[in-house]
Amino acid sequence: MSEYRIQGNTGEWEVVIGLEVHAQVTSNAKLFSGASAAYGGEPNSHVSLVDAAMPGMLPVPNRECLRQAVRTGMAINAQINRWSRFDRKNYFYADLPQGYQISQLYHPIVGEGEIEVTLNEKDPDSPTKKIGIERIHVEQDAGKLMHDQHPTMSFVDLNRSGVALMEIVSRPDMRSPQEAGAYLKKLRSILRYVGSCDGNMEQGSMRADVNVSVRKPGGPLGTRTETKNVNSIRFMMQAIEYEAQRQIDLIESGGEVVQETRLFDPNKMETRSMRSKEDAHDYRYFPDPDLLPVELDDAFLEECRESLPELPDAKRKRYEGMGLSAYNAAVLTAEAETAFWFEDLLGHGVDPKQGSNWLLSELFGALNKLGKSLDESPVNPAQAAELLGLVADGTISGSIAKQVFEIMLETGQGAAAIVEERGLKQTNDTGAIEAEIAKIMAANEDKVVEYRSGKDKLFGFFVGQTMKAMQGKANPQVINELLKKVLDV
Amino acid sequence: MSVDKDTVNKIARLSRIAISDAEADKMVGELNGILAWVEQLGEVDVTGVEPMTAVIPNKLRLRDDVVTDGDVREKVLANAPAREGSFFGVPKVIE
Repeated sequence: MSEYRIQGNTGEWEVVIGLEVHAQVTSNAKLFSGASAAYGGEPNSHVSLVDAAMPGMLPVPNRECLRQAVRTGMAINAQINRWSRFDRKNYFYADLPQGYQISQLYHPIVGEGEIEVTLNEKDPDSPTKKIGIERIHVEQDAGKLMHDQHPTMSFVDLNRSGVALMEIVSRPDMRSPQEAGAYLKKLRSILRYVGSCDGNMEQGSMRADVNVSVRKPGGPLGTRTETKNVNSIRFMMQAIEYEAQRQIDLIESGGEVVQETRLFDPNKMETRSMRSKEDAHDYRYFPDPDLLPVELDDAFLEECRESLPELPDAKRKRYEGMGLSAYNAAVLTAEAETAFWFEDLLGHGVDPKQGSNWLLSELFGALNKLGKSLDESPVNPAQAAELLGLVADGTISGSIAKQVFEIMLETGQGAAAIVEERGLKQTNDTGAIEAEIAKIMAANEDKVVEYRSGKDKLFGFFVGQTMKAMQGKANPQVINELLKKVLDV
Repeated sequence: MSVDKDTVNKIARLSRIAISDAEADKMVGELNGILAWVEQLGEVDVTGVEPMTAVIPNKLRLRDDVVTDGDVREKVLANAPAREGSFFGVPKVIE
């Protein structure tokens, strides 16, 4: 990929980035209890006595959460550890009733893997780069604190306490904010295909801790800082830019980067030190005595593998093989919902090229205007297939199809019904077309002469006039043929 | 392995346990006694022996992904030192 360098007073600097992404596992119940993992809910209602850490309560792992972590690991070609274990990470904070988080430090469920990213996913010639994944482990989320409701108290809601998270730890393989952005986007796309996380960054189902350091190109690694809980791709890229520049300014003015935890403030576009809890980082991890090791058998792994869907890279190649342009294939596969919609369309017998062009230009254009997402599309794949079928079998022309589509969006009527009701059928009635052509030639004798004396461009004029006279309902190919017959004598 | 007074004070702070200077001195002796006792295990050669995770053969039991619990807010909040509406109330903690 292109080299990203920051110009300082002492020369060029290189940025080194690693990401720890927390992704909430899609599940009905929590990681170790039977309470609901659903977002929202009345405060402290999605909480069992296990999640509230009442004495004597014991955790029992949710099979689905482990399964989703394993499937995610398989999707990034990672090593799956048949034997893993839960550890306790000990610290005190008001959002953590147990006084420890159950996590996996020493033996994570998923080991080394990798993700291939491209800086410009819509450009097939854009160079690619492999970003290493060090591990994925499963752990509990904490509760939620609210600080602004009361003058002297903070409020605690434990609804999120104990919800399953995957922590996906990358290698420090990224060298620019753009690469980090491309990685996060690709990771989110894979999670959504797999169905292990909804990837919704606004609701906090996916957030990133960003490790940044700077160095002279090729030199030894610098000291890194960790910016916590960044919840959008754009903010993450801004945080990296800010943090890299801050470190360079610090070093060049004789200072030293301190390894610390920082927070990104999107309003001020800067990162700030979280100072506080100096020894809070002494987590005194040890194996959780309440939990036996996780042992995965062949049948479990087999099911995980077999239930994986076709992933974006494979899907893109297959679409290209169906004759789609590299651009169309890339855009259709970037988000799982687009690809699934497209395949639904093909399932209704639509030609891949016709379907992809229509989806990306007509449907996306319309949704854009309406400010709606594909999920909220007023037209479903079956209805779209009906419309495209009418074009494919010559019942209506492409330009009439656009009109019909607009009427579909407005009225919710089916395409065939609209065409029938409004008499929009394309005619192949050569007699009617020939009659119109004769009239047009009579009315434009001068142009006929010009055309016949070599002004070929006028052919388009005759096609346009004929189509207009036919109110757009003539088959353009038939018009062409008939015009040639009479003009080219 | 042994601990000194600084370590004892640090562990106490991390555990949110207040101990006096005299108690810390006493604790150094007690903890070192415990450590020395446990360290006798080091005399056994365990090369090639798998760590034992349970005394009887036992497998981790997993639960199905079904909501079977929760909606017990009053029980959850029953012993809260302070509550405000449906929330626990704690002394203000701000980063």
